[in-house]
This record gives sequence, structure tokens and C-alpha cells, in this order.
Amino acid sequence: MDLGEINPVLLVASLMVAATPLLLAAIGELVVEKAGVLNLGVEGMMIVGAISGFAISVETGSPWLGFIAAAIGGAVLSLLFVLLTQFALANQVASGLALTLFGLGFSALMGQSYVGVKPPSMGDIHIPLLSDIPVIGPILFQHDPILYLGIALVAAVWATLRYTRVGLILRAVGENHDAAHALGYKVIKIRILAILFGGACAGLGGAYISLIRVPQWTEGMTAGVGWIALALVVFASWKPWRALLGAYLFGGITVLQLNLQAAGVAIPVEYLAMSPYIITILVLVILSADKSSAPASLGRTFHASH
Amino acid sequence: MTTPLLSLQGLTKAYPGVVANDQVSFDIGEGEVHALLGENGAGKSTLVKMIYGLVKPDSGTMLLRGQAFAPPEPRAARADGIAMVFQHFSLFDALNVAENIALGMENPPAMGDLAARIREVSETYGLPLDPYRTVGDLSAGERQRVEIIRCLLQDPKLLIMDEPTSVLTPQEVDILFETLNKLRSEGTSILYISHKLEEIRTLCDHATILRLGKNVGECVPAETSARDMAEMMVGSTLQTPERSGREFGEVALDVSGLSVPSPSEFGTALKNVHMTVRKGEVLGVGGVAGNGQDELLGVLSGEITTAPDAIKFNGQPIGKLGPTARRKLGVLTAPEERLGHAAAPDMSLTENALLTGSVREGLENNGFLKWAETKSFAEKIISAFDVRTPGPENAARSLSGGNLQKFVIGREVLQNPDVLVVNQPTWGVDAAAAASIRQAILDLAAKGTAVICISQDLDELMEISDSFAALNEGRLSAPRTTTGLTVDEIGLMMGGAHGMEVAHV
Repeated sequence: MDLGEINPVLLVASLMVAATPLLLAAIGELVVEKAGVLNLGVEGMMIVGAISGFAISVETGSPWLGFIAAAIGGAVLSLLFVLLTQFALANQVASGLALTLFGLGFSALMGQSYVGVKPPSMGDIHIPLLSDIPVIGPILFQHDPILYLGIALVAAVWATLRYTRVGLILRAVGENHDAAHALGYKVIKIRILAILFGGACAGLGGAYISLIRVPQWTEGMTAGVGWIALALVVFASWKPWRALLGAYLFGGITVLQLNLQAAGVAIPVEYLAMSPYIITILVLVILSADKSSAPASLGRTFHASH
Repeated sequence: MTTPLLSLQGLTKAYPGVVANDQVSFDIGEGEVHALLGENGAGKSTLVKMIYGLVKPDSGTMLLRGQAFAPPEPRAARADGIAMVFQHFSLFDALNVAENIALGMENPPAMGDLAARIREVSETYGLPLDPYRTVGDLSAGERQRVEIIRCLLQDPKLLIMDEPTSVLTPQEVDILFETLNKLRSEGTSILYISHKLEEIRTLCDHATILRLGKNVGECVPAETSARDMAEMMVGSTLQTPERSGREFGEVALDVSGLSVPSPSEFGTALKNVHMTVRKGEVLGVGGVAGNGQDELLGVLSGEITTAPDAIKFNGQPIGKLGPTARRKLGVLTAPEERLGHAAAPDMSLTENALLTGSVREGLENNGFLKWAETKSFAEKIISAFDVRTPGPENAARSLSGGNLQKFVIGREVLQNPDVLVVNQPTWGVDAAAAASIRQAILDLAAKGTAVICISQDLDELMEISDSFAALNEGRLSAPRTTTGLTVDEIGLMMGGAHGMEVAHV
């Protein structure tokens, strides 16, 4: 055992990378749930995003086009959820589970010829001056653009929900869809847009795994990150910055336990492997002990009956 | 003759199986308070939804100041100066007052300016309100102020109010009426929907009466007696429940020092509740909704258990017993929420009859159900209480509110309870059915049952109860004999104006 082998700077830098897929998926789902829709299909949308992004960037050679394709792929799959829940008024829980199962199977089919292929690399942005600062530079300012996009999305979602009329209407729809309808807001339309946004974010998160974090394609490679994202939204009390905190905590412990395993710490591997889940949940449960609760219309089907 | 503000001509709207409005025509003049009267299901709500653009009429026209008016959506109606205060407040609990008001406006100013305007308008009309409070924490009267101010900020020409007083204490009603009178004096027309006839007689200039979707008559409320208006609404002579003078027996139910926290987050905890009900006595429990009514029912039914001694039935402590054990002893309850609490919506009436009747009616045998006996019990309820349904195999959900209410009350009454607790027994029920439910409760009391009737309808409580107590923030006032009790005294027992300031306008 040699803890000295763990480089703290690399550790912190890589926790941000490990956290980004989770963060992207969670911020999308947070918007969906704020609009009053519970989409359990995050895992399915992520994996479809992962293979869509992987395939397009391999075919075109451009990781940027890959990420765009991933967002579109996730959004297209979420359209299926829209059809089921907003038009056929099907149960949201069952539809979300179906979406995940369908996404996992469909992505395996799409990805058959991509196993073992290496995708083009995106390359990191070295922000001038800032990235040269010792310690802080490599940690904060030498990452790929999508990681920064993730943080920017958190800030944008937070500001939109809090300060803009669009955000107010979105919260109103999630809080009391009957009242929002009575005031003349288009509940279904707003929810569809939110679901599509959630799908696009989940797709980006999936592609981040297949294009940057891993980077290769294997079946089922999202490995439950979508489910963690769902739990994260709840434990973060539907607050964007808290979701970021939770994602970094989870990412950090994931990276740390891998380092500890490599360093040969005398704790059974199984305990180390489960530690990110346990600690993230514990911390967020403690944080979520405040009053803020779920959007009141979450998971309820809206039908405009006059 | 001057052009009326709004003229409705031959409005018709049909839904599958029912004509909600059939050729309804009437005019609302400038600065007039116009009452729209009718039973539940008479088509009042559909009519105002057409004016507000939520529903499109099948045929007929509307004229606003002589111009054709057909709002495709509420936004358009609002732009033409129509504002509406809903019966079930269309507010968002988790948002604050200013955010709620911004949602009801087309082009709201920045939050800071809006908050200042809310303060200004609320002061002008004597409705003080803090723009930054969360709506979930407001009382019913204050919530209604939010809705009214939301409407006033748009400077409406016509204000539609759908049963605005059903959730208010008498003092709060007075404040509301002062505001409405001030609006009228400024030239705003008001379409006032209610079935509380005395209010309409005090407030309104003109009334239109709807029955089964048709306009069956108009009158000047101040010159028409409440009874005449009621009979126009119902279309037949009203039976007033009869109360025979009777002696009370010994104490059947004794609640003392009962304090329980509420099981739900926005609920009200019960604080040190004392009451006794004697055999043959009807105790009316009044109070504005959300002051502990649901919790009181839960505690009496056994859904919330308490210290054993807090509730005694014939001297026996039953506080720790669950609902089934209490039913066995003879303490029966009928909760307020018909679909989901009193009845399982998707189960048949037979199955619903079994759910509460199995213990006392012997509908179970070692865990096996006796369907034949259950079916005849359900049929007995249907015939005894005139429940309009094709048969007991129909789902509870398929019944109209009033019919289902007759069924759930009848189900308990026919089990010969020793103590019966009912919450809002005639809520949303038409006048004729309400009268028969009240009569059934009085008949039961005459046979020696102790009855607790929790209700927000003060007229109902005055009609059937022998003594009256009010719930206010989870505390129960000392019960008083109903004879000689004045509306003012009742209002004070209910907590007066809930700390709201009286309008000085």
C-alpha cells in the first residue's frame, strides 16, 4: 500500500471528469421534474446518446458533431416518452422504465459494428494564463469544453428557474397543472419542451462517457449513471447547485476509491466500490432535510377536461 | 336603453350525454352585480368558462359592449377586461404572492415594481397583503385576496367570482363585500356565482337562475324571498328537515385533552380538544376548511390513534383502537373526500358497501366474503337513500357527486351506529338531496345515536345541530347550544377575521 502514489491534483481534476455525465443527466432531469414530469428513462436516453454520439463522431471524425448527434438522439428517444405520457396519457413510471429497457436494447443493436473502435479525441481547452497557475490551473482550467458546458448549464438552469418568466411558468406547471391551465398556459407544450431538454441533456451525458471519459463503446456502458442522476435530483431537493455538489461528491469518491484500490488499501474492493453510492446518498439526505419539497404535480397525468 | 356590458345570446354547450348549457341568454349591465344562481350541475361553471375563454360554445353568441366577443383562450378574455376568481383557487402553493400574481398577467413588470403595485392596490381596496409571503402559508381569506388583487391589477371591466364565500368566515365575507361594493361604485361589473341566497340578496342587483342548463328565470334579489329563489333553483317545493324535540341520553363519546400532530405537511395539529356528545344529540363542528377538520375526523375514526384515555366511548377508552375495532363497537365515520377516502373510485358499489359494512353487517366469514349478502346490503342503501344508479355493480366513480354522497352516508346510517361522525355530509350535493341527507341524520339522532357533524356550511349546522363548536387552528371552542346563537358569535368562535384587518375604504 502506498498512498503517496495518489496525485491530489490529478485526483481533483479527474473527479470533475467523472462527475460530468452524472451532472448533465441530472440537470436535464431536474428541469423535467420541475415541469411536473417524472421520466425514469434517463438511463435509456443516456445510452442512446452515448452510441449516437460515438457513431457520428467516428463516421465524421468530429467529436462536436458527435455531441450534437447525442443530444438529438436523446431528445428523439424522449419523444417516445412524450407520445406515451403526454398524448396517450400512459403512466409515467411504466413509460420511463420501458424507455430505459428499450434504450439499452436499441443502443446495443446500433453499436454492434462500433465495438473496439477508437473515437476521435476532443482535446482540452487550455485557458490562457489561468491554466498556467500551479495546482489550480490543471484542476480547473485544463478540461474539455463539454465539462464547462455542463457547469454553464447548471448556472443557466438555476438563473432561468429563479429569475425569468419562462422559469416561473415552468415551475407553475409543475406545481399545479390545473391552475396553470386555468390561467391559459399550455401545460402539455411546456412539458414536451422540458422532456426534450431532459432527453438532450441525458444524451450529452451519455456521449461524454463514450467519447471522453472512457472513450470507447461497450454495451450498457452507462452502468446505472442514469439511475444515480434520478436519485441525485431528489436528494438535491430540485436545486441546481446542490445537484452539482452531489455530482462532484459522487464523482470524487468514485475516483478516490479507484485510486485507493490501485494503491492496494486493505479494504475489500466491494466496500470501496459501494462507497460513492452510500456517501453521496448520506450527504444528500442530510442536506435535503430542509423544507423544500417535490413539485406538487410531479408524476401526475394532466388531462385538460373542461 | 344603454348597451349592456356583456350580452349572452342563446349559448349552448353539450358534452357527451349531457347538455351543460341550453340556449342561455342574459345581459350584464355596466356597474351591475349580477348573480348567477343554480344547483350543482346546473351549468354555472360551464357558462362562465365560456365567457372566460376556457370552453368554446357549440352555438350562440356573446356581445361585449355591442361588439362580437368570442375569446379563443383566457388570455384573449383577459385582454378584453374579463377577470375571474376561481372557486377552487388557482394558486401555486410553493410560489410567493408576487410570483402567483405575475403568472396571471400578460406583461408583468419586474418583480420589484410588481410588489410595489401589489402593495398599492391592496391598500386602496382595503386588502392588505405582503407580496413576498409564500402562498402555502396563507389563510383561505388571504389566498382569495391574492386572486382578487391579481384580477384588479388588470383593471377589469367584468369580474367573475365563482362561489367566493364558501371558504370564508362571516367577518371575512363582510370585508369582501365592502371591496366588491367599492368596485361597483367605480363602474366594474361583477358576475357573482353562488348558491348562498342570503348573500345574493344583500349584494346583487339582478339574478339569473339556471336549472339543468336552462335559464329558468330572472329576479331582483332584494325583492324576492330566499325561499322563492331556492324553489326556482330546484324547480319544486323544498322540504325543510324536521327536528323533533327529544331528550338526550347519557354521554356516548367523551373526548378530553386530545392533542395530536397532523400526519400531513400542510395539515393542522389538534390542540387540547375537549368535547362530549350525548345519545341523541347532534354536535355541529364549524370552522373554515383547513383548521383541523380532517385531523378531527381521522382521530375519531381511528385512522390516527391517540392515548387510550383521550377518547372514551360509553366510558371505555378507545383512543388506541383502529377503525375496524371502533366500527365493531359502533363508532362509524363518513369522511369528506368521497372519491378516494369514503369510497374507492374504481370499485363497484357492492365492493364499497363491503369495505365499511363487513364488520357490522356480518359480510365476512373467516376471511371469505359473502357476496350475495353484500349485494343486498348495497341494494338496500340504494333504495333507502334514492341513489340514482343503474345498479350496485357500477363503479363508485360513475356516480355523480350528490348520488355518491347519498350512498356513503346511507352506508353508515344503515349500519345503526351508536356514534356517527360525518365530515361535510352535503358538500357539492343539490338542495333536495342535501335535505334528505340532513333528514336521515336527524332521524338517526332521534333513535338515540350521538352525531358529530363537521361542516363548513353554517346554515346546515344551524339547521340540524343541537350544540355548536368551532375549530380554529386545531383548537375546538367550548360547545354552545345552537338556539339563540348569532352569526356574529359564530364568527368569533371561528376565529373572527383570522387577524385580517377590516377594510377601511
